[in-house]
This record gives sequence, structure tokens and C-alpha cells, in this order.
Amino acid sequence: MTSTPQELVEHALATSRADHCIAIVRNETSANLRWANNTLTTNGVMHAVSVTVISFVGAGSGSMSGSASSPEQVTALVESADAAARAASPAEDAADLVTGDAAADWDDAPVTTDIHVYDAFAPALGEAFGRAGDGHRVLYGFVNHELTTTYLGSSTGLRLRHVQPTGHYACTGKTADLGQSAWVGGATRDFANVDALAMEAEVATRLGWGAHQVDLPAGRYDTILPPTAVADMMVDAYWSAGARVAHEGQSVFSRRGGGTRIGELLVRPEVTLFSDPAYPGLECAPFNVAGSSDNTESVFDNGLPLARTEWVSGGNLGALLQTRHSAAMTGQPVTPMVDNLVLEVDGATGSIDDLVAGTQKGLLLTCLWYIREVDPQTLLLTGLTRDGVYLVENGEITGAVNNFRFNESPVDLLTRFSHASATVPSFSREWGDDYFSRTATPALRVPDFNMSSVSQAR
Amino acid sequence: MSHQGIDPTFAALPYRALSEVALGHARDLGVTHADFRFERVRYQYLGVRDGNLQGATDAEDLGFAVRVIHRGAWGFASGVILTADEARRVAEAAVAVAEVASAMTTAPVELAPEPVYDDVTWVSAYDVDPLEVPTAEKAGVLIDWTNTLTAHGAVEHASASLFQVHENKFYADLAGSRTTQQRVRLQPTFEAMGSDEATGVFDSMSSVAPPVGRGWEYLSDGGWDWAAELAEVPELLAQKLAAPSVEAGSYDLVIHPSNLWLTIHESIGHATELDRALGYEANYAGTSFATYDKLGSLVYGSPVMNVTGDRTVEHGLSTIGYDDEGVETQAWDIVKDGILVGYQLDRSMGQMKPELNGGRSNGCAYADSSGHIPIQRMANVSLQAAPDGPTTEELIGEVDRGLYVVGDKSWSIDMQRFNFQFTGQRFYRIEDGRLAGQVRDAAYQATTTEFWGSMEAVGGPQTWELHGAFNCGKAQPGQTAAVSHGCPTALFRGVRILNTSDEAGN
Repeated sequence: MTSTPQELVEHALATSRADHCIAIVRNETSANLRWANNTLTTNGVMHAVSVTVISFVGAGSGSMSGSASSPEQVTALVESADAAARAASPAEDAADLVTGDAAADWDDAPVTTDIHVYDAFAPALGEAFGRAGDGHRVLYGFVNHELTTTYLGSSTGLRLRHVQPTGHYACTGKTADLGQSAWVGGATRDFANVDALAMEAEVATRLGWGAHQVDLPAGRYDTILPPTAVADMMVDAYWSAGARVAHEGQSVFSRRGGGTRIGELLVRPEVTLFSDPAYPGLECAPFNVAGSSDNTESVFDNGLPLARTEWVSGGNLGALLQTRHSAAMTGQPVTPMVDNLVLEVDGATGSIDDLVAGTQKGLLLTCLWYIREVDPQTLLLTGLTRDGVYLVENGEITGAVNNFRFNESPVDLLTRFSHASATVPSFSREWGDDYFSRTATPALRVPDFNMSSVSQAR
Repeated sequence: MSHQGIDPTFAALPYRALSEVALGHARDLGVTHADFRFERVRYQYLGVRDGNLQGATDAEDLGFAVRVIHRGAWGFASGVILTADEARRVAEAAVAVAEVASAMTTAPVELAPEPVYDDVTWVSAYDVDPLEVPTAEKAGVLIDWTNTLTAHGAVEHASASLFQVHENKFYADLAGSRTTQQRVRLQPTFEAMGSDEATGVFDSMSSVAPPVGRGWEYLSDGGWDWAAELAEVPELLAQKLAAPSVEAGSYDLVIHPSNLWLTIHESIGHATELDRALGYEANYAGTSFATYDKLGSLVYGSPVMNVTGDRTVEHGLSTIGYDDEGVETQAWDIVKDGILVGYQLDRSMGQMKPELNGGRSNGCAYADSSGHIPIQRMANVSLQAAPDGPTTEELIGEVDRGLYVVGDKSWSIDMQRFNFQFTGQRFYRIEDGRLAGQVRDAAYQATTTEFWGSMEAVGGPQTWELHGAFNCGKAQPGQTAAVSHGCPTALFRGVRILNTSDEAGN
């Protein structure tokens, strides 16, 4: 006999002998299809129930997480968390726990997904394999759909529930000689809007752009970053925006001489970078969930309401990732991380096609890959272009170019870009799969994007 | 040899009964292959900053998975409810996935043969399970480390962390293999941060101690000289903050194992995974320039380059007795005298390429939890030392103008494992065969074969160290794995050095 998530939460709270307790139950289901060489490869469905118990004794806390679906398993977690809290030294982020009541949907059951989410997509994918084979193209790709229902309960009365659908699709296509590569991908909440045949057709179009091959050397190029590449860079900037680290002088958001750069003009004044749990299509949890404490989150902040937060507002650094502890340290408002990110440029309209049409000579990227921080002082990132760099001449795509390694800072890019399109839903190729898929960004044209060296990868 | 047996709290779990139900049900549904994996992975992470414990997180993944081949296609499902009904449901779900996949599978899945292992047990080499050590004792060590660091005037802030893993696996398949295994690993590290008031520059200096497949004894038995490193890091940080910016150009490099392991991981380890070479990672982690047609002919590097794959080396992070397809683990050559001679395989690839390893897998299938399907995963891929090779000092003595690189930091490589860029903890100038102080802002950038082709000499066994990574990412859905890489200090001629400050446009 197994228990409901609500029963697991209540059992944890009733069993704990600590001063206070928070229990977080996540019911996660997922289904995926993976393919390569025009055939399905490794596919699966998963179900997981994880329980996190955070006990508080005095100013100490202890956290224990585990797979659990029975009261007995939860009891073991509670005993461990209680013992850890009793043994803990006072936590530097100690604060009163958030109080509240039960949300209206608290009693609702978890929402789940399974392999049938692909009932329409899968047959079309089979047909796409056939079309690709007939066209001497090879497809490689992955679709994943997850539904996570989170239940957060506390000994101070909170009973919060959130259902998070997360899905994405991606397809890489190669010519039969493997000499050219193209990619399309995006995020989705339910796969109702994902068409496997349209995906294959777009890959075919992009591979067609590669009929004319051009070799270019390293250098600085007028470069159009599509929304997916802009998302790649912005996610890194967001993750680097911890207030404490900035306040202590160790990030690009630190002010020389001490403190943060909040309030300073950071990038072009047209730029706004924000998160909003209610952003249409990118909806995410409207309350804070933290299983452990570190520089950017605090277990004491569990259940804090989240709202639209402007990280960059009119070009000024507006806020950094704050716990209540770091907010007290820096004298700034409490602004925890929100699980989506939107970049907007005032007055920007049109699409990526308009940016291409307005470019005399430049490069159009597809996506970026293997992005890593080189220097936190400037937030210099390195990485590579991947699966399609196209030459733009007189407003048209005229061929495909070799790949490059880049060295650039997202903060600098937001200072130097010359043109932007309207903001659209985007999907970071680098971070979207496993970490951060809810982004909306414009395409940006950067006049002197630093292509540090040539990559022979195809 | 380990002093430990299988953890009784794991042995008490109902994996044998669940496996019988799941495998029996899968067989009844007509599958041609089924395997069952039951895993418990326990983690603890401790983080300390400036003398305060910031977070202590304990976690446990517990569950089971059923993988089948049905109508020529893979099907996989996993669950966490430990009942016979759930075992039956998960087996049915795996078959249902295979049913969906079979309509789109154009190349039926077949597995290379492997002997049956009748209820064998394997435990890694460690003395003290780190998860059995009181958390307060471990936190106390980390707090002492940061206090030691911040006592030095050059250090403004210090952090330390300890990540520990205790992993148990039970594997069973329809052929009759049954394996029960246990291993531990841990990763202690610390970092000192400081700034130069005059220039406004800030920087950090981290420990270069490797993560290991060992127990808590690693903190005290001489496996690493923690006290010596804690004593020297603040001064090394001070020197780095005051160091001149490197002049970009071509340099000879002497690279210490604490840095070279990561270059091996990225440019050899991943490049010689056969699933990548055959396209199975093309949409995510990428493919490989070392394509299968180049086996036996690709000049990977200079004649002093000899690289092995090894899942058996003691204390290696990917060392285990049997992989997640029931294959006994092995060691083999990947690069011999500079030529590509081998790949990492799982059972389906062993069947596809029977000319490799006698048509048998070399034991490289692994999943990071019961919630994920096994994929072809990296062995401990290591560069061999020269039996009578030189010391690090002798290698430095061979350089007129160059850099000595210690410790890893930033890393990036393209999706065919060719163009790469790495930084490090410390870059020392070498002038006329002697170290001449640190420089800042350096990164080395090269292509894989050019770099390994420029390797003039490898050090002797006295320079060889086993380093590694705890969280190597691969596959969709994403999985992490731990892997070690051993190497000697090595000498490279004429490598491109970038100035990262220039790269940032400063």
C-alpha cells in the first residue's frame, strides 16, 4: 500500500520532533524517445517520488532527501533530518519560517505523463525517418516530457502545491556524408504543438543552405545570435547573479571598492531582463522551494512568494539573486531565483528574418555549445558554435560556414548589440535539456562577435 | 582490498524478489532480453564558507528499472515503489515503450555474448564509509580548512566542500547473471579568494587534490598532503594576484597531472566512446573526429602516447566489478604508440563491431541511477608514464621559454572533440629550464591531434597521478558519472596560449 503525497507530507510533519519542520514531496513522471541514424535508440518512462525533510532545532537545520513512497520510509528521513538539526551548529541564514495556510488545490492528486503523450508525435516521427532517408539525410534527436507535482508543507501552516509541465524537442540532421549538420529545437508544455514532419522539413531546409560551403578564418564578425543562442548566454548570466558573491567582490556584478553594482547602468538602456512566474507559456512555481542552503538559496525561505523580478531594468542592474540572509547583508530587497527568464529590448520588433534581411555581410548562428566560464571578473565565457553557421550577404543566406570557438561575455553582448528582434519563446541548447528550459529572448545582432578560432567539427 | 562487505541495510531490501517478478513477467510478455537493476545511491554534500557551514544535504536515490529488447527495440521503465505489483507494472511499461519504439526501429538491437555470472559480489577498495562518519566531524574539518585559509592576509574569503557517494547495485538478467556491488567515492575541495586593491583584480586558488574512489581515510592516511596544500595556497594566491598578464603566443608547456587529466578526459576519453563515433550522441554530447574508419590508422599523437581504458584500477572513480549489462570489467589499449587502436564499448556495440575486443563488450555500460537507462560510459582512460621517464623538474629543464601548468579550471571542447580551450589554477613562466613566477590570464587552445602530436616526452612513474571528475555529463535524459584519469607530467612543444583579458576585449 502506498501513500498520497499529502499523506507523506502530513506524516513527516507529525513525526518530526524538531522545533519546526518542512516537508517537500515531488511526484515526477517522464517519458522520452531518443533516436539516431534514422532509428529509435534508447526510450523510456520513469516514475519517481522524492521526499525532502528539513528539520529546524533552534538556529540549526538538517536536510534529508530520498526516494520514498511509504510512511516508514518518510519516518526514516525525518529521524535523520531531526538528528542532523540537533547536531548542527547555528545556521548563518537562520530566520523565521514562512507562515500561511493551505492552498485551494492542496488536496488535488499529482498530474502525470506517460508514453502516450507521443501518440501523435511518434507515428509522424516514423514518417520523418522515411522522408529523411529518401532525401539522403540522417536524423538524430530526443523528445522528453515531464510532469512534476510539488507539495510543500510546513509546521507553520503552509500547504502549497504546484504542477510543472516541462518538455522539449530537438532534432539534429546531417547530410548522408556527415559533412553538414543542422538543428532545430524548442520547449513545449504538452507536445500538442510539436510536429515531427515540420521539424524534419526545417532540418532539410537548413541543410539545403549548406549546399554552398565557405571557409572563414577566426576573427570578429557581425553576427546574428538567434533566440536560442541568446538564451544560452543569458542563462549563464542569471546563474552568475548571486548577490552574496557579488557583494563580497567576486563577480562581474561586484562594484570595485565593495558592494554590488545594483543601481548602476550595466548594459544598453533598452534592455530589460526579468523573471515572472506568471509569464504566459513559461509559467513556473510562484513560491520558493529550497532543499538546501548555499549562496543563492536558503532552506529558511521555503514558501516565500515569488513575483516578477527585474534583474536588469532600463539597462540598470536592478536586482541579484537574494535570500533573506543575503538581502540583509547587502541591504537589498529579497529576490529569490525564479525558474524562468525573459530578455526584452524596448522597441525591438520583427523576427530573425528581419535581422538577416538588414545585414549586408555577417554570420547567422544556430546555437552554442560547451559554454564554460573563463573569467568571473568579466563573465568571459568560451564555447563553440554548433550545427549551422550561415553566411549572410546582402540580406540573404548564401551558404554555410565552418564552426568557431568564441570568447565573449553576456554582459558585454548586451552592451554592444546593434539590432534586436521581438522577444519569443526560446530554448537554450546548452542548458535547456537538464537545467533551465523556460526562456524567452530576442535574436541579437552583435557587430564584433569574437570568434577566437576555427573548429573543424561538422 | 576492501575491508567492507555489502551494507546489510541494502542486503535487506527486497531486490531479489522484485527481480524474479519483473523478469518473469517480461519473459511471459515475449521479450528476447530483459534485465533488472535495483540501485540505492546515497549522497551527502557539505558546503562551508568563511568558517560557517552553509549547507548539509543528505539524499538517497532508491528504486529499480527494467530494460527489455522486444520486437528488436529497447524499452525501459523505472519505479520507486518496492512491491511485486509495481515490479509487474514497470515490466509492462518497459514492454509498452518497446512496442511504441519497434515501429520506428530500423536496426534491430542485438547484444554481444557474455558469460553468466552466478550471484557474484564485488566491493570497492576503501576502509571507512564516509557516510558513517558523523557529519559534525566532517564539517569541522572543512571549517578548519577555511579558517586556516582566511587567517592569511591574502585571503578575503574561503570555501570548502565535501561530496560523498555510497552506491549499491543489484543486477539480474534473463540469462541468469546476478551481481551485487558496492562502492564509495568522495571529493573534498577548498578554494581561497582574494583581490588586489591597486588593480581591482580578484581571483581564486583551489585545491588540486583529486576526487577518489576511497573512503574517509583519504583525509588522513597520507593519500594527499592537505596540511601542506592549505599552507601554500594563500601565498600562491597572493603571487597570482600580483602576477603579470601573460603575453599571448606560442609556448612550450609542461603540464602537471592535476591539469592534464581533464584534457585527456575531453579529447581522448570522450572521443573514443564508440557510441559517439557511431552517431548515438550526435544530438547532444556530439560525435567524434575519431571515426571508426580510422581505427588502426589515425595518428592520434606522438609515438610516446600510450593510452589505456581501465575499469579495474584500484581507487578509480569508474572502477567496478561488473557493468550495468552484467559484463565483467576489463583493461585494454586505446592509443598505442600514438595510433588509435581501441574504443569503449557496450554489449550492443560489441555485437555491431565483432572485430573489436573479440566481439565482446569491454564493460562500459553504466547508468547513474535506477531512473536512467545504461549507456556507453567512460572507463578510467589514462595516459601511461614512460618506464624510465624523467621527473617533472627534468621536463621543465628541457624548456627555454614556456609555461608550467598546474590544476584545472575552465574547459571546453567542440562536439567532435577536436578544438579545445583550457585554463588552469596556476601558470608558471619557464625561462631557461627554471620556473620564473606565475602569470595570469592564460588559456591554452589547440586541436586534439595537433596537441597530442606535439607531446615530446612523458614523465616517469614517479610523476603519474590519478585525478578525475565526479560529474561528467552525457546522454538524454542527462546522466552524470564519475571517472578517473591517470597521467604523468608531460612536455608539449609550441602550444597556442591566449590572453583571456584580451579575449574579453579589455
